[in-house]
Amino acid sequence: MTIGVRGLTIRYGDRVGLEDLTLEVPRGSVTAVVGGDGAGKTSLLRALAGLLPAAGGSVDRPARERIGYVPGAHGVYQDLTVLENLEFAGRAYGVGGERFRDAARDLLERLDLTRARRRLAANLSGGMRQKLALGTALLHDPELLILDEPTTGLDPVSRADIWRLLAGAAAGGAAIVLATTYLSEAERAARVLVLQAGLALAQGSPQEVVESMPGALFTAPDRPARGHAWRRGAIWRVWSPDGSEIRGAAPASADLEDAVIVAALGHERR
Amino acid sequence: MWAMVLKEFRQLRRDRRTLAMMIMIPLLLLVVFGYAASFDVDEIPTIVVGPAAEEVADGLPELLVVTETLTGAGRTEAVEALRDGEAVAAIVAGGTPEILLDGGELFAARAAVTALARVPQAPEPTVLFNPDLSTPVVMIPAIIGLILVFVGTVATSLGVVRERQAGTLEQLAVMPFRPRDVFVGKILPYLLVAAIDLGIILPAAMLLFDVPFRGSPLVFALGAAVFLTVTLGVGVLISTVSQNQGQAIQLAIMTLLPQVLLSGMMFPLDSMAEGVRWIAYGLPLTYFVQISRGVMVRGAPLEAVALPILLLAVLGLAVFGLAALRFRRDLAPAGEGAAS
Repeated sequence: MTIGVRGLTIRYGDRVGLEDLTLEVPRGSVTAVVGGDGAGKTSLLRALAGLLPAAGGSVDRPARERIGYVPGAHGVYQDLTVLENLEFAGRAYGVGGERFRDAARDLLERLDLTRARRRLAANLSGGMRQKLALGTALLHDPELLILDEPTTGLDPVSRADIWRLLAGAAAGGAAIVLATTYLSEAERAARVLVLQAGLALAQGSPQEVVESMPGALFTAPDRPARGHAWRRGAIWRVWSPDGSEIRGAAPASADLEDAVIVAALGHERR
Repeated sequence: MWAMVLKEFRQLRRDRRTLAMMIMIPLLLLVVFGYAASFDVDEIPTIVVGPAAEEVADGLPELLVVTETLTGAGRTEAVEALRDGEAVAAIVAGGTPEILLDGGELFAARAAVTALARVPQAPEPTVLFNPDLSTPVVMIPAIIGLILVFVGTVATSLGVVRERQAGTLEQLAVMPFRPRDVFVGKILPYLLVAAIDLGIILPAAMLLFDVPFRGSPLVFALGAAVFLTVTLGVGVLISTVSQNQGQAIQLAIMTLLPQVLLSGMMFPLDSMAEGVRWIAYGLPLTYFVQISRGVMVRGAPLEAVALPILLLAVLGLAVFGLAALRFRRDLAPAGEGAAS
């Protein structure tokens, strides 16, 4: 069974959450969903998790027993210890006895939470709490792992730890889909979906998304008179939709961040 | 200062439920409680037994409304009728005439004593179950129920809303729980705590206030278990319809107030206006008051309190059904299964 959505439409009253979206989440890899605030990232993840009814289209997902989900608000019990949170997840998913002890020991080690296992989740740092949330979602070895911005607000070391765990879960065969606002992280994913106002603007491997960028990209020391320009560090990036040259700007090669911005600009022009 | 006032008004305008409660509820409370708050007893259900029952029944004061006359029955049947809550007064006619009153119905018994004192040659009434017409004997069994409502409803009303605010409700929704697993899982620990509470306050009440316990502890335990389940279920139901802890507490208090005033704990049910009495029949404490007073004060057997226990169970089913429906909305909005 493939995992993903086909022609998915989500509505909140009159407002469109997602419009006719199709996405396959392949097993054994990470799919990153990127987009600005209100793009529909969380709606997509919640629909995949079975938390939102579809107004149209279909969702293909494993049974609930085979899904791991980390919502945007961590989803751990603050008044339980690290170990108690894992025990709760273990009991909920029917992972008990020896299997639980082995899985918990292994996870605590990989999450670097062994020493903190008796600490209340409320007393953990943001990064540790997020790692714990990931641990509770990974404990039962899910087929589909859904994570809503798992690294937002975390320091670079914690983010790297989390990506290491995700890479391990993907190597174990899990289909992983996560929302992120960090495009540098999305570049590590096997597939990227660019969302804007509930519409899929681009999808494919990071390289394919970059290559699908229409027009041409330039770089300039000052904001040029024409073209769509945005600042990256000390310099300006300029997009020429029709590919024509821009005076005072030098051709530049695009990365995923450029491609996502161009996709959004292109959508606004339509 | 105006910045604060304006901000508060804007927030209040958006919190429609609080605003509605602040504006509509005072009027509702005034009307409902105004019709409920009455100690006046206009009618006392009375049975008359003995060979001369028919004649005696015709000559009773207006206050004693005869519900049954049993010429073939005697004092034993009369006492049983009072014990089982079938009547508040019993007249034994024939032989040595006797007037028996149920002291568990405090206001009715006091009214009967006053009314009978004005009847010439009427025998001195015998007050059963609560001979001194002591208030604590009648109030404490009801207050025990009120304490359990307070502890149970308020504690559980925060349960689901806390999960919602912490973001763990979504996690629960994805986990392979059925709505009833979550409902029962939420209630059971509190049921145990409430049972411990009951185990502490019941002996304390008997010791401190000299309240009798004449009936079967098993019957009482059965009634208390059903009552606690309903009470805790109401708390969970409140939690499922509240968006935050403030709303949950507000609603929990809104269910407590009517139970204090309408359950028959303070004002006799028979003294309430009929419409208000029907509200009382929808409140769990109403039935627990009947069970606890019946078993503790009058020593009523299971048959005598079976109806309130059954009605409590029906209330429990309704609460469970509503909470499960709400849980289904929160916990399985896109339905079960691998694909939609």
